[in-house]
Parts: sequence; C-alpha cells; structure tokens
Amino acid sequence: MILVLGGLWIGQNINLLPVGASVNAPIYDELFRVLFSIGTILFVGIVGLVVFSLVRFRRKPGQIGDGIALEGNLPLEIFWTAVPAIVVLFVGLFSYDIYERMGGMVPLAHGGHGDSQATEERVWGGIGTAGAMQAGSEMAVLPLPVEVTAMQFAFLFHYPEGDIISGELHVPSGRPISLKMEAKDVIHAFWVPEFRLKQDIIPGQPTLLNFTPTRPGRYPVVCAELCGPYHGGMRSTVVVESADDYDAWFQANRKLPVSEA
Amino acid sequence: MTSLSPQDQAVEIQEHHEESHPDHRMFGLATFLVADAMTFAGFFAAYLTFKAVNPLLPGAVYELELPLPTLNTILLLVSSATFHRAGVNLRRSDMQRCRRWLLLTAILGLAFLVSQMVEYFTLPFGLTDNLYASTFYALTGFHGLHVTLGALMILIVWWQCRTPEGRVTADNHFPLEAAELYWHFVDGIWVVLFVILYLI
Amino acid sequence: MTLTLPQQSKPPSLQPTGWLRYLSFSVDHKVIGLQYLVCGFAFYLIGGALAGAIRTELTSPVADFMPRDVYNQVLTLHGTIMIFLWIVPVVNGAFGNYLIPFYVGARDMAFPRLNAVAFWLIPPAGLLLITSYFITGAAQSGWTAYPPLSLTTPASGQIIWILSVLLLGGSSIFGGINFIATILKMRRPGLKLMQLPMYCWAMLGTSILVVLSTPVLAGTLILLSFDIVAHTGFFNPGMGGNVVVYQHLFWFYSHPAVYIMVLPAFGLVSEILPIHCRKPLFGYTTMVYSIMAIVVLGLVVWAHHMFTSGTPPWMRLFFTIATAFIAVPTGIKFFNWIATLWGGKISLNSAILFSCGFIVNFVLGGITGVALAQVPFDVHVHDTYFVVAHFHYIVYGGSVFVIFASVYHWFPKVTGRMLDENLGRFHFLLTFIGFNLCFAPQHWLGLNGMPRRVAEYDPQFAFVNQISSVGALLMAISTLPFLWNVFASARSGEIAGDNPWRALTPEWLTTSPPPVENWAGEPPLVTHPYGYGIPADQIDLKDASGSDLWSNGR
Repeated sequence: MILVLGGLWIGQNINLLPVGASVNAPIYDELFRVLFSIGTILFVGIVGLVVFSLVRFRRKPGQIGDGIALEGNLPLEIFWTAVPAIVVLFVGLFSYDIYERMGGMVPLAHGGHGDSQATEERVWGGIGTAGAMQAGSEMAVLPLPVEVTAMQFAFLFHYPEGDIISGELHVPSGRPISLKMEAKDVIHAFWVPEFRLKQDIIPGQPTLLNFTPTRPGRYPVVCAELCGPYHGGMRSTVVVESADDYDAWFQANRKLPVSEA
Repeated sequence: MTSLSPQDQAVEIQEHHEESHPDHRMFGLATFLVADAMTFAGFFAAYLTFKAVNPLLPGAVYELELPLPTLNTILLLVSSATFHRAGVNLRRSDMQRCRRWLLLTAILGLAFLVSQMVEYFTLPFGLTDNLYASTFYALTGFHGLHVTLGALMILIVWWQCRTPEGRVTADNHFPLEAAELYWHFVDGIWVVLFVILYLI
Repeated sequence: MTLTLPQQSKPPSLQPTGWLRYLSFSVDHKVIGLQYLVCGFAFYLIGGALAGAIRTELTSPVADFMPRDVYNQVLTLHGTIMIFLWIVPVVNGAFGNYLIPFYVGARDMAFPRLNAVAFWLIPPAGLLLITSYFITGAAQSGWTAYPPLSLTTPASGQIIWILSVLLLGGSSIFGGINFIATILKMRRPGLKLMQLPMYCWAMLGTSILVVLSTPVLAGTLILLSFDIVAHTGFFNPGMGGNVVVYQHLFWFYSHPAVYIMVLPAFGLVSEILPIHCRKPLFGYTTMVYSIMAIVVLGLVVWAHHMFTSGTPPWMRLFFTIATAFIAVPTGIKFFNWIATLWGGKISLNSAILFSCGFIVNFVLGGITGVALAQVPFDVHVHDTYFVVAHFHYIVYGGSVFVIFASVYHWFPKVTGRMLDENLGRFHFLLTFIGFNLCFAPQHWLGLNGMPRRVAEYDPQFAFVNQISSVGALLMAISTLPFLWNVFASARSGEIAGDNPWRALTPEWLTTSPPPVENWAGEPPLVTHPYGYGIPADQIDLKDASGSDLWSNGR
C-alpha cells in the first residue's frame, strides 16, 4: 500500500522532463507520469523483495542446511503471469489512447494507397494531423504548411505561403503546423524535446509531422539520427511567438504576395 | 587432471568419438538449410516490399520472359527426380545405376546453369539498371551459386562412388544423401523463386 | 592454423598439450568454451577502452578529444565489438560449449570440428575489424550501418565491417546448429527434455533465434555490400531504392540479437541461483514455456526500433502490443527467481551478488523497455541517451553481470581452485556502483534532449555527462581486481575440490577440472538437476519462513 502510494507520489511529483511547449506535451507528460508511477512501484517492489530475501534468508556462519524443496506453486505463478499481463494491457490501451490524441493514428493526409492519388507525391509516414482534428471541432484554423529539408548538417525551412527560406523555424503559437519533411542525402531526424515529438527525415520518402505549439519561446531542433561527423552539431532553433510577432516576421521576410491573409 | 596425459585422451576421444554416437550430420544439414532458407526469405521479403511500395523510376526497363525460366523449372524438377532415383539405387546397392542417374542429374544441373546464363545475356536490363533488376540478379545469382555448389557436389559424389574403394559405397550413404537433400532444397527454393519473380 | 607442436612420440594426435592446446584447433568442447571466453574477454577490454574514449570525449560539451569522424569510428567499433565479439560469443559460445555437453550427458558437442571452425572464425573477424581502424579507417555509420549513411562514408572501412560481421554471423549460425543438434539429439539415454537444466532450454531457444534470424542479417549485409561495391541501388534512394527496407531486415536480426544476448544469461542465472540458495528452481515448467514464448514473440517485434522511421500506423500499433507482451514471460522468470531466493539459505558470495545485481539492473531495463515500446513515449526518446541507458541496462546490467556471476560460479570447475571471495565482492561493489552511476543519469539526459551518437552536445548537459563518465571510470577500475583475482587464484587459489558448491547438476559430478571425456565412467543420469532442499512433506510450510527453522539442523 505504502509502496503504491509512494510510487504514485513519485510519479506525480518528480519531474524529469523539460518544459512542455506544444499541445502534445501535456498529453505526453500524462503518459509519462503513469508509466513512471507504475515503473517506480514495480522497481521498488522487486528490488525490495530481492534485498529482503538476501538479508532475511542469508546463510549465517556455520549453517549448512538446505532451503525448502518448493518446486513451484501454480496459483502463485498464474497470479504473477496475470498481473504483468493486466498491467501491460492497461499501459498498451492507455498509450494507444494517448497516441490517438496526439494524432498518430490518423490516416496520413496524402496516403498513397489509392491509384487516384498516384500522381500526387506519396507521404510515407509521420504523425498525422492532430491539429486538424481539433480544428474540425473548433471551426477550422488552417494548419500552417512548412517544408523542411534536411541535409548534412543543417535544416532548411521553406514557407510556401510566402516563399520564405529560413534556417530557423518560426511558428505562431496556437496554430497547427504541418511539416512536410524530406532529406537530401542521409537519414536525419527532426526532434524538438519541448514538443515531445520526433520524426525521421528520410531521403526519397517524405514524412509528415503535425503539431500545435503553445508556449512562446526558443527551443532547440535536434537531429536525432546519426548522419555523419557533424551529427552532434546539426541543430537549429524553433521560435514559437505570438501571432502578431509571427506576422511581423512573416511580412518582413516574404517574397511572394499571399492570396490568403 | 587425471594421470592420463591429455594427448592420450585426445587420441582416445578422436577415435572414440567417431563411433560413440549416432550420426547427426543429416540433422545438422537440415538445420543449416533452414538457416539458408531464411537468407532467401530475407531476399524475397525485400523484393516483394520493393515491388509493393517502390515504383520504378521513369524510363526503367524491367521485363521478364517466361519460356526460358519455365524450361529451367522443368530441368530442375526432373533433376530432383533423377537424383531420387540415384538414391534409391544406392540403397539397393546397384552402384552402376546409381552412377548413371547421378551423372544425368549433374548434366541437368549444368544445363540449368547454361540456360540461366543464356537468360542473363538476353535480358534487356543489367545489374545496376534499376531496383527490380538489381534484386532479380541478386536473387537468381544467389540461387545460381547454390546450384553451382550443388552440381559440384554431385560430381564429387559421382567421382567418389566410381570405384568400390571410393568414399560413397553401399555402406556409406551420407555424402550422397546429403547432396540429395541439398539438391531438393535448392529445387524447392527455385520453385518459390519462379513463382515470386516470374509469375507474380 | 598454427600448430606449434611439441616433439611427441604419438603420431596420430595433432593436439598440442598444456596451455598450447588453447591456441590450437582443438575439438574438445571445454577447450573451445575457454577459447571463446578468453578471446571474448580480450575483446571486452578493447571495447571497454573504446567506451572509455567515448566517455572521455563526452566530459566536455565540445568535440575536443578526438576528431569527429574518429569519434564515429570509435562508437561503431565499440558497439560492434561489444555485441558480436564479447557478449554473443561469451554467453553462447563460451558457457554453451563448456556446459551443454555436461548437461545433456554427452562427451562432446554433436559436431566437434564444426565447433572448432565456428570458434576460429572469431579471432580473424575481430582482428580484421580492429585493424581496419589503423589501415583505412573503420566504419563510421554505427553498429546499425543504416544506409544511405553507410553508403556515403568511406567504403573500405564499411566493407571490412560487413566482412567481419558476416564471418561472426557464420560463426554464430554454426554454433547454433551445433547447440540444437546437441540438445535435441545427444541427450544421454533416459534423460527427458523436461529434465534438462534450464540453461539447455535457454540455449535451445537462443539457437533457434540464431538460426532463423542471423541469415537474414547476412543477406541484408550482402545487399548492402553490393550497393557499396557494385553500385546497385537496393538501399540508395537516388537510384530508386528504399532505405527503410534495410531497417526492417536489419532489425529482424538485431532485435532477436538482444534475446540471443539475454536468454543464455537467463539460463545461467537459473543454474546459479538454486545452488547458492539451496532450493529447487521455482516453477521449472513455466520457465521453459516463458523461454519459448520469448523466442516466438522476439521474432515479431522488430519494428519497435522504427517507430519514427515513417512506418504506417497499423504497424506501430501491432509492434507496440507485441513488444509490450514480451514483458509477461520475462516477468514470470523474474518472479520465479525471486521465489527461488525466498526461503532459501543464501550464501552471499560473488556469484549470488552478481546474479542479484543482474535482477535489479534488468528489471529497470525491462521497465524502461516496456515504456519504450509505447509509440508516443518512444517518439520522444527514440535515438536519445534514454535508449542508450535502456540497452546498457539490458546488455551490461543484464548479460555482463551474469557473465561475471558465471565466472565466479564455474571458476572452481574449470581450474580446480576457488576465486578470492573478498576481491570478488569488492569487484561486484565497484562494478555495480560504477555501472549505475554511469547509466542511470543517461535516462535523464535522453528525456531532456540529448541525442545519442553525438560528439558535442548542449552545455547544460555537461555536469550529468561528467557524472556518467566518473561511473565509467569506476567500471574500468573494477576490471583490475577481477583480473588480479583470476590470475592469482588460478595459480595459488584455495583448492576447490570436485564440488565446492555441493551442486547436483552433471558438470559437478566429475573431477575439477574435468577429464577430456567429461566423466571417467558412464555419464550420470541427472533427472532432478535442482533437487535441493528438504522435501516439503517433512516440514510444516507455515513455519518455513526463515532460517530459524533450520537452526536445529535437519
């Protein structure tokens, strides 16, 4: 009992994660807290049992007797088969739910299954449009499309709406962002720890990443797939700013007139 | 250590060992063939995935014709049957027939290899032309390597049962039976390969 | 092979005597087992030195210790050596060869010559890999060798890497065939499968995985080498190839490879615990079924390494569930081990300490493993130091701890002398503290944004990385008492006698060290390898809760 409560307390109150800065982050943190609580309970419980056994049942000097010839106990074994199975099932269902809320189970917008779309460029994978789902209920905010090109050893961000090419990703807070990513040479990965999101950027196979930033600030964009000698130095910055600041930046850098404001 | 010096024991074990337990070499070979089949399975999986998800780049040529590979399939299937006949005759201690069937099997195997080379030289694409072409050559080449090895084995077995003093006799079936199992395996792989590469 | 023969009058034997037989093409399973062990340990020291180089580089957030491309070579060599030349050969080849023939009541393996061939593929492959660093520069694309990176880094190093891994894979397959044949076909008459010691079951499961999955890796690497040498385009997107197919094929081997590294460790622990607890192994039957369940599940979870690789949603869902369910059979084994400890008469020696260290470390690694199986969790920490911490808890905290436990346990069998227990406990303490100090903080690093395989990182992580490096230093130091212990005890350790642990498994029912054919007479028929303890009907189970029950003796 104490173990369970202690584990729950630790899970709820010890924060090992960086600050969350997207719609996705608090959902993720919820999963993390649950996993951390369960993990702490199991770990402390098992280590406690091992240490207790080692101390309680240690051989004292001079003893040479044997232990009990207990070869098994079926109900007990069924019990500890069932417990992990239930825990795993619970964790699986819970994380499925989390994943759905993140948009991971949404069929990819440009999914290349139908022949009718054969002409359109195929998208191979990624995190679908969580933002769009929310937008559906809150009356559409169109996601901001950005094309990401990764190469050794830099990210380039292209805004089709204003034909802006930038080395930093500027995004307005609160608006869904839709990244379409492709690599020029080797596999890279786009990772923003504060968004709790990562997606490989694969040469020849464009991928998607959708998210909605919530917290203004500057966060690192990290390449997370070994891509060559300067892999560790392949970083960029994502600047989350208020809608007004973003507009100002956009107007200052745009090269094309935009049809929709 | 016991009083026996190690090399005495080593000598003993060498001689003792050969006769001390039943022959598990066929079992070992069969296990190895399972592993070998997994190599092919990996190649097949790669080929099928490429076909399913990677369209050919514009302008790429990948066309296969059926007649020659069908002939190849027949050659290999018949050779399996002839090898089986060789084995049957060996077990009947009819060494002369056994040799004859072996030779016929070897000729059929070599004919397969020749026919395969003819196909290679008449195909409209080369190894590095496109993804499907590369996979085609990798698969058929890897299989051809197996056939070459198998044909060599058959010729060696044939050589070994040429005289009564040879290694393969009515009392020692292992080399021939091992080669036979391997040959059936190679034929089986070909049938799968034929279906996957040519028919699908 | 160099057969440096002493002059001898026995013409038929080509086997050298004394220590020289360890450098020869010996077909004795015990000699081959020790060859694997010593050879593997030599590579462990090399791999450890490479790890030291990595941790030194990471004490500062800038790449200042070695050039960046050398850093990538070092991390590639470290991973490849530790997996293919240390853990896999030692937990399979070394202990498997030494113990399996004893356990099945045979005088040798099913195919002794194939066995020797399998071992002798390893030193050349390892030397090839290491010399590639000095001659042309080693491979730089990590032990995973993902294309297109492996196609664009210098070709010579990558080709030598492929060649070396192919040789090691061949060795592994030959070994696996041998183990399967020995366990299934060489059992002494009268010995049933369900009477075998647990390590046999673990090795059977492992060998099945080896035979089914290693060839796929071999085929994949052959295709990769075509891409490099013949300029085909299997994995080259510029030529219409598909890089993700490589990842699928690679992980089809490399996830089972994790079980190839830990299942034998599970088996070894199952041998060590009952003997030192003086209790039967708890739940033998469920242990066997859980091993087989791990084998089956282990073959269908590979894509959980690829949750961010553009895999479709249904695939992520399937592999999440399959992976999470491996926790169930694994959990059964851990609870069974704890139940084996419970109520025993545990001697707190080095073997038990390392085994329990394994349980503690592996439970943590398992918990992070279940977490990593969850797609949303993995999407954040994939390819970060969290993963580095996780798999070091599995393969070091798991397998390597068990290797040390096994060395303490079987050293008296191999040499006839005991290892020094005080040095052993000191070794355990240093290793356990050093290991946890090194890897526990890396969980935090990964969660907070440090990707793996980097030579330079955000300066805010410097302090935690320095703690980790101190832990690595402790681990390096911990090797010294162990080496001293082994060398000193082999020369002048306490004489062990044939069966110092009063064990019942067949390898102890002969002299220590054992004769060439294992037993002087007939192999013993051991139908209850874990028959320790007082029969349950002689005691009242309600009182059987502690050592007080035994204070009066039997």
